[in-house]
Amino acid sequence: MAKAKTNTEDYLRMYRQMVRIRTFEDNANQLYLNAKMPGLTHMYSGEEAVAVGICEALTDDDRITSTHRGHGHCVAKGANFKEMFCELLGKEEGYCRGKGGSMHIADQSHGNLGANAIVGGSMGIATGSALRAKLLGQDDVTVCFFGDGATAQGLLYEVMNMAALWNLPVIYACENNGYSEYTKTEEIAAGSITARAEAFGIEAFKVDGQDVLAVNELTQKLVARCRKGEGPFFIELETYRYHGHHVGDINREYYRTKDEEKSWKEDRDPIVRFRGYLVEQGIATEDELEAMNAEIAKDASEAVAYAEQAAYPDGSEVNMHVYAD
Amino acid sequence: MREITLSQAVNEALAEEMRRDPTTFILGEDVAEAGTPFKVLSGLVEEFGTARVIDTPISEPGFMGLAVGAAMTGARPIVDLMFGDFIFLIMDQLCNQAAKIHYMSGGKLNVPLVLRTNMGATRRSAAQHSQSLQALVAHIPGVKVAMPSSAYEAKGLLKTAIRDNNPVVIFEDKLMYQDKAPVPEEEYLIPFGVANVKREGSDITLIATSSMVQVAEKAAATLAKEGIECEVIDPRTIVPLDEATLIASVKKTSRAIVIDEGHQSYGVTSEIASRLNEKAFYYLDAPVVRMGAMDVPIPFSPALEDLTVPTPEAVADMARKLCAGDMIHAA
Repeated sequence: MAKAKTNTEDYLRMYRQMVRIRTFEDNANQLYLNAKMPGLTHMYSGEEAVAVGICEALTDDDRITSTHRGHGHCVAKGANFKEMFCELLGKEEGYCRGKGGSMHIADQSHGNLGANAIVGGSMGIATGSALRAKLLGQDDVTVCFFGDGATAQGLLYEVMNMAALWNLPVIYACENNGYSEYTKTEEIAAGSITARAEAFGIEAFKVDGQDVLAVNELTQKLVARCRKGEGPFFIELETYRYHGHHVGDINREYYRTKDEEKSWKEDRDPIVRFRGYLVEQGIATEDELEAMNAEIAKDASEAVAYAEQAAYPDGSEVNMHVYAD
Repeated sequence: MREITLSQAVNEALAEEMRRDPTTFILGEDVAEAGTPFKVLSGLVEEFGTARVIDTPISEPGFMGLAVGAAMTGARPIVDLMFGDFIFLIMDQLCNQAAKIHYMSGGKLNVPLVLRTNMGATRRSAAQHSQSLQALVAHIPGVKVAMPSSAYEAKGLLKTAIRDNNPVVIFEDKLMYQDKAPVPEEEYLIPFGVANVKREGSDITLIATSSMVQVAEKAAATLAKEGIECEVIDPRTIVPLDEATLIASVKKTSRAIVIDEGHQSYGVTSEIASRLNEKAFYYLDAPVVRMGAMDVPIPFSPALEDLTVPTPEAVADMARKLCAGDMIHAA
């Protein structure tokens, strides 16, 4: 693999972004466990290479739609910890002024059109964003993140059909983490996932979602092809969610074994793997990476402390933003 | 002034707004060469091309979802939903997505889209092509709902809807597409949330939406000959609702009937009647009466279907009872 100077910077940024996601989630989980977070949330830990590999191939003009498990996409697309933690805690300075929370976090400034609490609910939005790009002659690309569970929603097939008919610049990124909430994917999905897209004449790819470079390399190619009018595309990313369906899903043995979880964490962790690669290739030393980790941990704890002290929105905001001016 | 049909009025509004704003486009089933089954869109594809008048597959949730995404990112889609009854198919995209995105994003994302669809029974189209479902949409905060009662209203309200920065649903009565009305050549807009007092009167207020405005006006003409003077008011938009005009009228007349073609229970008529009771109670000389469609699926047989919707005769009968002070409470 090439190690040009630009790549070195790209690689270190990818590492940093993956660690930022993991660190964000560890802190979010702790807020839940300490009963400091209203409601609950869905952890992205374990899937970092998917969001980072894809979003590092995009610009701020490119759009994404995210899912209920959306913190990873939000961080990877460029969001700040402070506004994110404020949103998770329902504070006024959050990305959505506390009105969206974890499941609706959106960051318009970086092209994140928002997480969505309806499984598969954003497939139309992503495809519509791509239709807008084509209609208005804009060259941005939209990536639609969704899970294996969402492949059971009919909306996917309606919008893939239209995207293929009209050659829309959209990439359907199916994060297959093996579980549709508390049910094994093989119990809810007949046949092959990629064949679903191929039925519409959409080129579909399957990639190791724990390998950030493989994800990034593929996405770069597909984004470039989308900009030339060759979209849409479909990627199935094989990955794993370390936590349960949500933070409260602690006892999981009725649907998956501890051995399985252990094997993904110990043998295929995307951050450990990439870290080993960076050191082995001489791109960074262990000390440099440790320093980066420490800096990120400090950023996160400062952001958490800030968010905990931050103000809730004033009650007068409750009926603001129902309608736009 | 020239007279044009409601269908032509809608077509003109779309053409004018599409010429004015290149980010607008039409999306729906058979909207291009076919111009829809009601031929409302005839000729638009010739002027604007298939890039802006887009025929979709029969995938209502899909194309509604596309409209939401296009609206969020800088376009102004105008969705054509062939029958109002199909709104059940798109409820997630309309009510969970479009309606809530501005609020959920703390005001950062807008969804400026228009959903044009229809309503109205007595076309012998049976239960899945005859419903008037405006109450379902009006129930959800974040959506505006317009109900044009004539060609003039249809043009002015649609142009306002297209320029609005929110999701707007317009229910056109499918039996009124060929009804003519005076429509000026020059441009005009009708603001949302401003009711239209169609006829002034002192004895009873008839608040009516869409095709029910004609029903109310016919009843009022009959009653005038008997010495009962009706005030007829068309709210034009049920969200936002011009409550002030309705309340002021009822304070003057002290009686009201609310008429809408949606099912009577839990409907538009119930909502308006409740507001009048809450805000004009001490001015009332009789209960505010709701007249909606019967609470039955719309039957096919003409002998049955005609019984389900309010008629001028039924409205006039009810108005006579209210004005006479007859006890209308059920036993």
